[in-house]
Amino acid sequence: MNKRSRRKMLVAMVIFGVSIATVLALTAFDENLLYFYSPTQIHEGEAPQNRSFRVGGLVVDGSVRREENSLAVQFDLTDNAAVVPVTYTGILPDLFREGQGIVAMGRLDASGLFVADEVLAKHDENYMPPEVADALNTAHEAGKSGQPTTY
Amino acid sequence: MWNWIQKFSSPKYFYDMSAKLIPWFAIPALVIGVYGLYLGLFVAPPDYQQGESYRIIFIHVPAAWMSLFVYMVMAISAGIGLIWQIRLADVVAAASAPIGASFTFLALVTGSLWGKPMWGTYWVWDARLTSELILLFLYFGYMALQSSIEDQRQADKASGLLAIVGVVNIPIIHYSVEWWNTLHQGATVAKFDKPSMHIDMLIPLLLMALAFKLFYAAVVLVRARNEALYRDRNRRWVRELIEKI
Repeated sequence: MNKRSRRKMLVAMVIFGVSIATVLALTAFDENLLYFYSPTQIHEGEAPQNRSFRVGGLVVDGSVRREENSLAVQFDLTDNAAVVPVTYTGILPDLFREGQGIVAMGRLDASGLFVADEVLAKHDENYMPPEVADALNTAHEAGKSGQPTTY
Repeated sequence: MWNWIQKFSSPKYFYDMSAKLIPWFAIPALVIGVYGLYLGLFVAPPDYQQGESYRIIFIHVPAAWMSLFVYMVMAISAGIGLIWQIRLADVVAAASAPIGASFTFLALVTGSLWGKPMWGTYWVWDARLTSELILLFLYFGYMALQSSIEDQRQADKASGLLAIVGVVNIPIIHYSVEWWNTLHQGATVAKFDKPSMHIDMLIPLLLMALAFKLFYAAVVLVRARNEALYRDRNRRWVRELIEKI
């Protein structure tokens, strides 16, 4: 083997070795890399019990109840399979609205209510002018015909 | 074939050729960049959810794409330098690192400024943001190794190896939004599906991406010329160049 192909081997081995190590490390840390749990995972008891964690999902339409004279707000989060009730006191981000994807940080109380101390809005990867979004909505409402929407 | 590569990759030949190439990248970069920004900031319609704030995408996304692209250029050049010991490849890798770091920094800052109004926070430790921050540190590590090792060949070897090792981070950044639940949304353009973006927004975005690429090409040539001159400062062709002045 000449010098050049020995160096080629060395580079290939480095890439291979580091890739394997990374895959193993990422698999081991998988749980910690999960930025948030879904309502289904909480129902199945996968979420941690005694420390705070994040839950992500869509705000259920018509579930947002604001308390008068305070910033407290209650709403339901869903991943279209399970529902988790959430309570939060504070200022909500601009994108918070019914049907919107959000991520809340907090912990579960004994009754299964998620007490959040931070609420972040998640937005989707779709970008379009408001008129197009309106037209899509109208088409969706009117008979739910055509192609299924993906978001 | 081998002789041919040797001739075209000689620093002297590169120094002469690149001078003619630079304007062919720099001028289109400026023209397309200004036109793309104009389309993006004034002509493109507002977004249905984010209103006008989404317009930072025309800087944020091209900068983020370039942060990955420049890293790949740097790592491949470093690999070529390591295996075939072509000095020009090491020059290109060394010249690329600060540019890539700047693009990464720009992507992180614009993302942070975008995150505050939309998500409600400047920073979260989700997989996408964290892996992009690691990319910035990889660039810094490369630059630190380059400048801290006295012997240029040893410096190229050590920093080149770091650049190659860091390549594993590139697919992690790209797929982080698919592999894990992240606050950052999924891919809009860079996916096999049709882009989830209205055509009037997509065109300025792609123009800006092209402008950023051309800008990089022009800047990396300028920087690589300087680097080649500096590294060969004791060789005859540089001496002759100086005497001519």
